[in-house]
Amino acid sequence: MLQADLNTILPEIILACFAMLSLIGAVYTSKDKAAGLLVWVTAVIYVIVGLFIATRTTPETAFHGMYNADGFARFAKVVILFSAAAVLIMGQEYMARRKILNFEYPVLVTLAVLGMLVMVSAGDLITLYMGLELQSLALYVVASLRRDSIKSTEAGLKYFVLGSLSSGLVLYGSSLVYGFSGTTLFSGILASMSEGQAPLGLLFGLVFMVSGLAFKVSAVPFHMWTPDVYEGAPTPITAFFATAPKIAAMGLFARVVFDAFGGIVGDWQQILACISLLSMFLGSIAAIGQTNIKRLMAYSSIAHMGYALMGLAAGTAFGVQAMLIYMSIYIVMNVGAFAFILSMERDGQPVTDISALKMYSANNPGRALAVLILMFSLAGVPPLVGFFGKLYVLRAAYEAGLGWLAVLGVIASVIGAYYYLRIVFYMYFGESSDPLETPKSPVLWSLLMVSAGIMVLGVINLFGIEGLAEAAAMTLVN
Amino acid sequence: MTIAALSFYLFALSAVVGGLFTVISRNPVHSVLWLILTFLSAAGLFVLLGAEFVAMLLIIVYVGAVMVLFLFVVMMLDVDFAELKAEMAKYMPLALLIGVILLMQFGLAFGSWSTSEGAEAARTAITPEGVSNTAALGLLIYEQYFLAFQLAGMILLVAMIGAIVLTLRHRTDIKRQNVLHQMWRDPAKSMEMKDVKPGQGL
Repeated sequence: MLQADLNTILPEIILACFAMLSLIGAVYTSKDKAAGLLVWVTAVIYVIVGLFIATRTTPETAFHGMYNADGFARFAKVVILFSAAAVLIMGQEYMARRKILNFEYPVLVTLAVLGMLVMVSAGDLITLYMGLELQSLALYVVASLRRDSIKSTEAGLKYFVLGSLSSGLVLYGSSLVYGFSGTTLFSGILASMSEGQAPLGLLFGLVFMVSGLAFKVSAVPFHMWTPDVYEGAPTPITAFFATAPKIAAMGLFARVVFDAFGGIVGDWQQILACISLLSMFLGSIAAIGQTNIKRLMAYSSIAHMGYALMGLAAGTAFGVQAMLIYMSIYIVMNVGAFAFILSMERDGQPVTDISALKMYSANNPGRALAVLILMFSLAGVPPLVGFFGKLYVLRAAYEAGLGWLAVLGVIASVIGAYYYLRIVFYMYFGESSDPLETPKSPVLWSLLMVSAGIMVLGVINLFGIEGLAEAAAMTLVN
Repeated sequence: MTIAALSFYLFALSAVVGGLFTVISRNPVHSVLWLILTFLSAAGLFVLLGAEFVAMLLIIVYVGAVMVLFLFVVMMLDVDFAELKAEMAKYMPLALLIGVILLMQFGLAFGSWSTSEGAEAARTAITPEGVSNTAALGLLIYEQYFLAFQLAGMILLVAMIGAIVLTLRHRTDIKRQNVLHQMWRDPAKSMEMKDVKPGQGL
């Protein structure tokens, strides 16, 4: 029994062992000198584990139902691992040049990724909390990795204090859910609700848990930490925050609302629709005034989380499929955008001011074109791939009878297009100022180009992700 | 009134009183001492529930280790509690308002609260026949909740790495003791006999 269970969680065991071995190895040998190599090895391990997860077949559940290894978990895990690998190799050079690349960085990221894998597999309130904390604690530490900078430490501290508060909300909600349903297993909670009727105490628990989870995906009104943390953390860490943890938190969100509360869709649908609407509008409107590109990406991620939540709010299998497609596209776009932001500098110093982009196209037409494609895609301009992501969630919301939400989503998307287009405007038509330098870095260049290429070429068939996402969604909702 | 009921009320009362005085006592050291009383009463309540192991754990870990550490921190750190209190007083009205609203909401909801069918039965943990309390806990932790237990270990590892990453500074301007270096010291190399002639010096 135990052997079969351990076999099911083999990918997690591999990652945990790798994290511990690399920690011991680096401590006893060359310490920070090996960090650059370790980052590359870690990224390769992620890709291998990702392929391993994608190809293997295991029993659907393990550890008495505390752990799920269904298609939904597999889909989310592969996206998490691949995006984490891309972000790791993306930031290696940047961190090495600013002397903040210590060997604990890849180890902590590995442990955070391990937490994310557990999150999307959670089948029990205890597993949920363990995964959430493992991921969050590692992220708090990497946010303040540049400990000599006040901004970075402030980001870490702020993230930690607010994150603890949200963990407290999740725990309080969990305790209410446990008290009123008598079990911590998601399947047990689902079974305890008869015929779409939940006791009031269970609903209180649900509301608290949704609030805590909304914090983790930075949805309005629990978004306050996002711009400050994105701005303060070193840019490679910001890139990491904007990708893998988002899909993990979204996956966990879907798990909780469908696996544990799938019987009372009507009760959580209104909450999700509301926070989705607020996130879309606040993300689009508040980003207009930003001049720092990292803060702008923070508001952009808030708005995008709103769209992903719209898919979830639909409460159907198609909605989950739309959410998965949307998140995958969002992550590819963000990897490309951050590959560009990481390469923005002047006199060897990183620049994050948007006005630095003025007339960038004159010096570097190739990169400017790639950024243009990414910005159009982020704004959801047809016929780029970003448009199809939005189309999916809007269709899901419309088919689930949330037509008003879909209409408002389109309006928010039009407002949001303004600030993406402003970046493009600066690049092509702005008055020329001090030219921006983008040093030659093959890694960043190729990631930017690949990401932009996917945005264009993906319109043919979205690289077949629809079918995969549909199969994944079917295992969650049935 | 049976002895069990009497001791329940005794422990419950001292737990509540201890908790109250932890919050309102002016001297932080007194607060810690009141908190210890609360923990001891809670341990007594656990014994009444038949969970001896948890009770002992509470005394050993919380009273024995955590609270002593707390006491050291409170005594060693020069925290200006008066200033903290003044800061807190500023936000007190708003906090009270939110607290009262929350309490009222819970009060309103309390009347119609009911648990799901079978929740009571599912929640009562019954120690299996012929297995002692501690062994039953061990069975749960190492069998049913094996995964959660191991994950908790990983979380502690993250906490440890994080504390070291964020605080350790490798100083180069201090002298360190190198034990091997000391042991391998050769008397023949480190000492030299000089025959100093009278009146010449070195």
